[in-house]
Amino acid sequence: MSALQAVNDFVVKFANVNGSGSASANRLFAQSILRMGVPATPRNIFPSNIQGLPTWYEVRVSEANHMGARGGTDLMVAMNPQTWDQDVKSIVPGGYLFYDNTKPMPASKFRDDINVIGVPLTAISNAQYTDSRQRQLFKNIIYVGALSALLDIEPKVIETLLAEQFRTKEKLIGANVQALHLGRDWALANLACPIGLRVRRSDRVGERIFIEGNAAAGLGAVYGGATVCAWYPITPSTSLAEAFTRYCNRFRVDKETGAKKFGIVQAEDELASIGMVIGAAWNGARAFTATSGPGISLMQEFIGLAYFAEIPAVIFDVQRAGPSTGMPTRTQQCDVLSCAYASHGDTKHVLLFPEDPHECFEMAALAFDLADRLQTPVFVLLDLDIGMNDRLCAPFKWDDTRRMDRGKVMTAAELDSGRQFGRYLDVDGDGIPYRTYPGTHPTKGSFFTRGTSRDRFARYTEEGAAYQDNMERLLHKFDTAKTLVPAAIRHDAAEPTRLGAIYYGSTSPAMDEAVELLAAQGIAVDALRVRAFPFGEEVMNFVAGHSHVFVVEQNRDAQLRTLLINEGEIDPKRLVRVLHFDGSPITARFIAAAIARTVAPEVPAQQFESVQ
Amino acid sequence: MTYLPKPKLHHPELATNALGFTRRDYEGAISTLCAGCGHDSISAAIIRACFELDLQPHRIAKLSGIGCSSKTPTYFLGNSHGFNSVHGRMPSVLTGANIANRDLIYLGVSGDGDSASIGIGQFAHSIRRGVNMTYIVENNGVYGLTKGQFSATADKGAKNKRGVPNLDEPIDMISMALQLGATYVGRGFSGDKTQLVPLIKGALMHKGAAFIDCISPCVAFNNHEGSTKSFDYVREHNDAVNFLDVITGRDEITADYAPGSVEIVRQHDGSLLKLRKLEAEYNVNDRASAMNYLQHHHARGEIVTGLLYVDPDADDLHGYLGTVPTPFNALDDSALVPGAAALDKLNASLR
Repeated sequence: MSALQAVNDFVVKFANVNGSGSASANRLFAQSILRMGVPATPRNIFPSNIQGLPTWYEVRVSEANHMGARGGTDLMVAMNPQTWDQDVKSIVPGGYLFYDNTKPMPASKFRDDINVIGVPLTAISNAQYTDSRQRQLFKNIIYVGALSALLDIEPKVIETLLAEQFRTKEKLIGANVQALHLGRDWALANLACPIGLRVRRSDRVGERIFIEGNAAAGLGAVYGGATVCAWYPITPSTSLAEAFTRYCNRFRVDKETGAKKFGIVQAEDELASIGMVIGAAWNGARAFTATSGPGISLMQEFIGLAYFAEIPAVIFDVQRAGPSTGMPTRTQQCDVLSCAYASHGDTKHVLLFPEDPHECFEMAALAFDLADRLQTPVFVLLDLDIGMNDRLCAPFKWDDTRRMDRGKVMTAAELDSGRQFGRYLDVDGDGIPYRTYPGTHPTKGSFFTRGTSRDRFARYTEEGAAYQDNMERLLHKFDTAKTLVPAAIRHDAAEPTRLGAIYYGSTSPAMDEAVELLAAQGIAVDALRVRAFPFGEEVMNFVAGHSHVFVVEQNRDAQLRTLLINEGEIDPKRLVRVLHFDGSPITARFIAAAIARTVAPEVPAQQFESVQ
Repeated sequence: MTYLPKPKLHHPELATNALGFTRRDYEGAISTLCAGCGHDSISAAIIRACFELDLQPHRIAKLSGIGCSSKTPTYFLGNSHGFNSVHGRMPSVLTGANIANRDLIYLGVSGDGDSASIGIGQFAHSIRRGVNMTYIVENNGVYGLTKGQFSATADKGAKNKRGVPNLDEPIDMISMALQLGATYVGRGFSGDKTQLVPLIKGALMHKGAAFIDCISPCVAFNNHEGSTKSFDYVREHNDAVNFLDVITGRDEITADYAPGSVEIVRQHDGSLLKLRKLEAEYNVNDRASAMNYLQHHHARGEIVTGLLYVDPDADDLHGYLGTVPTPFNALDDSALVPGAAALDKLNASLR
């Protein structure tokens, strides 16, 4: 029987029971590979549950920096009897099964085309520890130790990580290092180490950082000057508000007085969250909420108010599979349309699509400038895949000369100078009017904010012409937005091609790899990563310049394609759907096979299984 | 229907307050509510309260939801920023505004449909959080703009204009506000401005969540025989427990009162609430007994009015959040943005 041979290019999957303390051990494993200079991308596949249900942690090791989900498992660490059968089935032929052989398993439970590695984890742990919780937690570290021997991971690297992790609890460092060596020593003494899969020290990680997108967005909100956060707990967005809280406590507490330069309210629901954001932003503070699809549904009425009354608001939507409660712990890009046209009546909203934690940070900070400049809600559309998974990405950067762009706000001095103030008056021809903060001036600049129609001076009116004038100005303002949002980024193939692919958000790593896979089969594809809505001219030019344009998305209804057709008046036949929507992250293999099916049906789909 | 400004002509002998403003400076546009509407009396009471307290009109933010009552902020304080938000959601907008700038005075105006039906959740939670605000519900027991449907405060058995009785139990917003921790709670009647103006003044000077339920008969849809929110019914069943007078720093207490008949409460800002007791046993500082009193008198068909509870030393949401004294909307980059060096350090910890 063959044994898979690969250096710095394989997938390890851990099958665990939720609540067993495996998460930190698994993260330790992924980090140890990164510390050896080898890019690794973990993905947590977890149920909507706190304890007892199956959970998986998949680590793709790729010196070539392929960070999308790959599909298939080369080494399965099967720690969950509930999912044993499906876990064993998912191993590629020639792959490896690592399991706890303290209790014997019947031969029928194995496959004869895989390599089985048994380690008596429970026995080792029980012999060493008496406390049941300790036995469980250290069992996790013991398997990390055994894996370090099997995969040739340097133990020193893991020891350093443990020392950093427990630097405030020194007693735990020694205990964890001991558990690590229990597993490692057992493997070295009893098994042929290393196996065919190996980690070899490299220098491909560089200056990159390892963080989840939600935390990066929360940090971006701190740098973006947000002072008010109102939110309601919902998976997978919760850790965004929690990260904002954490970073505010680190960076925004007055050292002398302990007073806080931020106000965070856990609201009673999403309606109250967005209401508070709108109230705070109306009053001149930078404010945001973090939510997911169900929250967006609940916020619709308020979003229309903010659009029509022209109040800045930043909404982070960490998307999950809908509709309704859907799959709360699975990823999708399914809120594109419900955000782009949120609320009743004619509305259009600015959307930003970060591809990774680095862009979550950048776009979070940018969203506050855009919202203030455009006086309108701005959505940052993350998804569970980048929001809740640690991802290797470029380090955060900040220019200290940068200043918040508070947009067109008239001050008391400007009002006194005799400048005309009309809240909905387009003075500059860009569709963006001036506003005043409440309390600015005793007699000038006050106005009444309302969701009802009004004239250019914010006076209530039901006259059709005044209403229409305002609605057309809002459209003009949206045209201005096109010039302010991040432009799409184009990656052209090495040779001229009539094939194009449009993608966005967390699809990036899978798309990058798919383009390579297709190129290897002689199929050249130009790729365009859309980073914002409204679409700039470059997006329409890209569509016009290709005979076949694939729109790659993680939803059922091709929502971005709909938006492209609607806003760009593009013939729908020119945009070919590539849709992945089972709740797992899209893979390069899926994209490449889908594109090849259309343009080169003679290429068998198996050609894209190879990742070498 | 469009916006109707009031003529700016002033009577030359119109009285001015300490800031040199006349009462007219606290007015807004001409009301478009029905002639005789109780809500217009409440608007007039707000104008008088702000004038008498020498408040800077532009330092007040007035917020409302949707409905007849929520239209009224257009009709007072024309130099204040106003926000007519969405139905039942004024409390969250006000809460956010308050967090953004702690230095303004926040006046929330709502109705019984807006606050007791669609918005009861936001009403409850804004009170719970101790938002520093004056929250007035103009309570008429019906939906006016949609022509006379019962609201959630309509009494069980009360009849609508067509004689159909209400089948549901009423929500008593005063009892709710007390239970939810409001630190200033009063009930007034739009037909009794001498009682209402000081109630509003005390609320405006109060630090913390101040709630006023003001019975405000709807002349179009709920002022008939069989209604328990009509002018006649409220006058007949009004059980005022006290009469309030609000004394700010520069006024002096001059009159003498019989011992026990007057209680003086000093609020956080130094203002004095002078309470002339009409119900000797009523204790305005006891939340539990206030709730008890209300329940007993409600069962007898009486409408208890007056200042019903006050905690003069209450804290507010900013106190609970521990925020800086500077309003958030005045904090600049140097106060808010940690900068590149801090980010580099953070990057290093993420490798």
